This record gives sequence, C-alpha cells and structure tokens, in this order.
Amino acid sequence: MGIDVGSITSKAVLLNGSAWQSVLRPTGYSPRQAGREVFDELLDKAGLARADIGYIIATGYGRTTLDFADKAMTEITCHAKGAHHLVPGADMVIDIGGQDSKVIFTDRQGNVADFSMNDKCAAGTGRFLQVMAAAMGADVSELAELARGEEPVQISNMCTVFAESEVISLLAEGVGRGRIIAGIHRSVAKRVTAMAERIGKGELIAFTGGVSKNEGVREYLARELGREIVVAPESQLAGALGAALLAREKLLNAKVLHEKK
Amino acid sequence: MRPESMKIFDDLRGQNMVVLENAKQSGRKVVGMYCAYCPQELVLAAGAIPVSLCGTRDEPIADAEKVLPRNLCPLIKSSFGFAITGKCPYFYFSDFIVGETTCDGKKKMFELLKQYKPTHIMHLPQGADRPGALSWWKEELSLLKERLEEELGVTISDDNLREAVKLANSEQRAVKELHELNKLDPAPLSGLDLLTATFMKGFNVNKFEGIALVNRLIDEVKEVIERGGSPFRAGTPRILLTGCPVGIGSEKVIRLLEEGGGSVVCFESCSGYKILAMLTDEDERRDPLEAIAERSLKIPCSCMTPNEGRLGLLGRMIREYRVDGVVDLTWQACHTYNIEAELVRGYVRDNFDIPCLHLETDYSNSDLQQLKTRVTAFIELLDKRWT
Repeated sequence: MGIDVGSITSKAVLLNGSAWQSVLRPTGYSPRQAGREVFDELLDKAGLARADIGYIIATGYGRTTLDFADKAMTEITCHAKGAHHLVPGADMVIDIGGQDSKVIFTDRQGNVADFSMNDKCAAGTGRFLQVMAAAMGADVSELAELARGEEPVQISNMCTVFAESEVISLLAEGVGRGRIIAGIHRSVAKRVTAMAERIGKGELIAFTGGVSKNEGVREYLARELGREIVVAPESQLAGALGAALLAREKLLNAKVLHEKK
Repeated sequence: MRPESMKIFDDLRGQNMVVLENAKQSGRKVVGMYCAYCPQELVLAAGAIPVSLCGTRDEPIADAEKVLPRNLCPLIKSSFGFAITGKCPYFYFSDFIVGETTCDGKKKMFELLKQYKPTHIMHLPQGADRPGALSWWKEELSLLKERLEEELGVTISDDNLREAVKLANSEQRAVKELHELNKLDPAPLSGLDLLTATFMKGFNVNKFEGIALVNRLIDEVKEVIERGGSPFRAGTPRILLTGCPVGIGSEKVIRLLEEGGGSVVCFESCSGYKILAMLTDEDERRDPLEAIAERSLKIPCSCMTPNEGRLGLLGRMIREYRVDGVVDLTWQACHTYNIEAELVRGYVRDNFDIPCLHLETDYSNSDLQQLKTRVTAFIELLDKRWT
C-alpha cells in the first residue's frame, strides 16, 4: 500500500495483483490523523486488516508522521514511479501539488534521473490557485470552467501575496473574472515551464498532482512547453500509486532474496 | 567509530579564544581575514596571528540587516553582523582587517567595515588569464606588506616570508592528507567531522600545535581504517559538495545529506579542497612574494572570469574520490556561484553521467523541510540498495 499525505489532500492506494483501489480526503490540520484515516478507510473498503498488508510506504510532506508505515520515501521518487504506471514511457513528469511544484526527468522506467522543485514559496502551486480563487470569490474547482475561452490578462507577480494584490487591482479596474483566471493559469504554466526547461526537454510528458485536474493550466502548460502533455484520469493519485508500486517491488525483491537462500 | 581527537576539534573554537586572549595580553597582534585570497603567509611573516572571520552562523544576520540590504548573501550578512555586534571574539581581538575585491557584495561590505576597524582592501584582478594579472596581484601583495608593516610596527624580510611559506605549506599538506583519507570507500570520516577538522584551522593561534593536532587525527583515522572501521555501510552513496563555502553553523546541507543516508566524502569549496590542492613554491632563489601571489591567484573562485580551474578540479575530485553524485550549494543572492551552477551542471552531465543537485538556501532553518525533500530524493536516486 502507498499513502501520500499531501499539504491539501491525503491519498491511499492499495495494489492487489493488477487491480488497485484508492481513497482520498482533505488533509486538514493534522497530517498524522489524515494519513491514519485514509489508511483505515481503504482497509475498510477492501475488507482487509493491517496484517493483510505486506508493506506500506508513506510519501508526501506528512510522510514521516505515519508510525504504522514500513518506510517513508519522497514524493519525487514516488511520483516518477506512479506516473510511469499511468503514462507508460513518460520521460518527464510535471507534478503540481498543494505546496510545491516539481519537474522530474525519468529513465522511462519510472526511476528518477533528475529533478527540480520550486523554492520555499507558493508561486506556481495549488495553494497559489486557491488563494487567487478565494480573492475572486470562486472555488478552486471552478477555475477552469470560469476561464474557458477567455483572453488571458497579464499577471506579472509570481509571489502569491503580491499576485493577490494585483488580482484585486485588476478586479477594481473592471477586468472580467474569466480573463484574470486565464491569466493566472498562464502565469502558473510559465513558471513551471521555466523550471522544466532549466533541466531539459521531455518527449512524453505526464502531468500529475491535484492541479493537473485544472484544464486551463493543462492547456497553457502544453502551449508553453510546445508539446502535448498527458493527464491520466487518476493523476492526482500518482504519488500514492507510486508508493504502492515501490512497496510491491520491495516485497518481490525480499521474496527473491528469500528463495535464493 | 568516531576518532577520539575529534572531541578536541569540537571544543577548539572556544579553547582557542582563551589562548588568543592570552596572546593579545602578551602583546601579540591579530589580523582578521575573510577569504582564501588573503595571503596568510604575510600575516605570519609579520609575527601576527591570522584568524578567519568569515561568518558561518545565522545569529547575527538580523542585526546585519539593520544596515545591509536583506537580499544579500548570508555569508556577507553574518560576517558583518558579527563585526558590528561584538558577538565574535575573533573580530573583537583583531587589530587589523584584510578584505579583498572578490564579489560586489563583499567589497562594498568591507567599505562599511572600515568604520569599525582599520581595514585594508586588496584589489584582485577579474581573472587570472590576462598577461598583467600576476604582476598586478603581486603589487597588491606588496601594498599589503607595507600596510601590515606600518600598522603592526614591524619589518617583514624575505626570510620571514620564506619561513611563513613553509609553515603555511605544512599546514596545507596536513589538512590535504586528512581530506584525502576519504578517498577510501566507505569513507573513514563523516562529512561533518571532515568539515569540523578543516574549519578549525582558521582559529589556530599556534599553527604548529594546530598542525600537530591534524596529524594526530590522521594517525587515528589510519588506525580506524586498519580495523576496517567507517561511519558508513558499504554502498552508501558518495557525495561531493561544491559551491559556496560551508562552515560550522552553516552545515545544514551536509547534515541533511548524511542523515538522509549519504556520505559527503569531500568538499570542493574554498572551505575545503579548493585551496589544498596547491602549494606555494619554496624555491629559495625566487622572490617569495611572487611565489605567494602565483599560488593564490590560481584559486578557482567563481568571482573570477573565466573560472575553468574549478571545473578541472571538480573533474579530478569526482574521479579520485569516486563519487556517485555532486551537490552544488549556492547561498541565496550569491550571483557568481548561482550562475556558475549552470556550467557545473553541464560539465558533470557531459563528462561523468552522474546526477547533480543544485540547492539554493541560506543559513536559517526556515526551509529545512523543503530542503530535506530535495536532499532525500537525491539520495533515493543515488541509492539503489533499498529494495
């Protein structure tokens, strides 16, 4: 099993042969509790007990708070693995989560070859979109719909706090909400593209993390990168899925070692 | 097992403070230096005690920001903060300060420092490859020599200089030998211990005692090696740290790398191997000032253009220390190392096909979690043993 405790959402994935089950729920203020809850919920759903689970890997920012997990691994390693499963052969993974955005280059086998992450700042993350949505009285899930077909306005500030002021000034000037949101989507895409191009150009790009659900960011990202990007329906679960896949690898290797003995 | 004599190094900064105070009371002069370009040989030849004042701690930065801009590198802010708050006894005891025109931030900071202590700023050439560079730098050394003679009331003879060169060389040889013990796999010394032992040379009041202590540590580490001891298991990823200088107080990246399951085997930075790989020519027939100038001008610092020497040194170290990955550390707002990171990345990728991680941070702990994720992911990428 893999458990990904992100800053906004916690996810758990259970692998059983080639089938897998998942749950997700908001993290809230306690990563420890949220991790526990998705774990219990998934056990319930599958009708299993802790003893039935061979190996558990925790990932995400709350990874070290889960004392029932066998191992903690970073979301970078897990996302590469999960994205490879969802988009086989992807050599570049763009993950935009709640508090960070990252670009991962892989060996096309799901192993990390190189990566880059945003600095200690919310620019270009899910949190950035949340703050902007709040400033415009919208929910983050409505952003893509509100901006559909709108001509983006220029958003110059990358800093979340300054960008929020900029958005408020634009609203005061009477600029339409849709155009501002389109501008925000484009600014997130530009920021992530700059980060990606510092380390290279991918051929097959998988886009994962909560923000991959936003169609507007997806479109601008493809436009800025000049390439098609693939978003699997389960892309928000890529981290937890990767953790589960790594847990399975660990079990299989342990078994091989055991049989050799 | 940790070598016993490491405990002495741990306490050295505090102990040397007392020794320094006593030396001051008996009339010795102290000269504060900030950078490897400052020729400690001249200070030694003047019979004074050279001390390193390069700031490596976060504490005085808030005070420094009352005067200096916030978006300046932590090394400059820490150095300046220590100077103006009186929190650093080594600055307090210094009679004279030597700065140099390395990066813009530092050279302008030294201008402000003049209000607090008599300060001399050496003018470095912008690069070492122009025909006039060496003669310019040698001229700067003789200006420093005159200024030291005047400030400290001494005369520095060529023989004094030659003797000082021998002393500085023997210090360099000892620290270099220590560093090179880590070529062994697994490394006998943790990166933190290697840093501690190397860092302390900046606080030695008596050079001979300092060298003897390093030699004692070397003997002890050799015994550890013979017994097959190491703080690391076989297969631990071996990491080279390059970039901005690191000291005690600013060692968080090394700590994170080793806590995350890596072994920092060597430091390319000027707080490490960069200045150990070059001895001053001891040939008695030569002008000692020229020999000193020649050596220090070869230091491959990012403030120089071009700075190809750094890449050459990196390549040599990657091979000799058989490293699995390179971590390039930039202190926030250090433009020269930050831009050079692009060259380092390309060089490592094209010539060695090993991963390289560039980190930008400061001395504070505010980004510890984010750094930890990057560093741990890097170790996971290097370490294939876990499954």
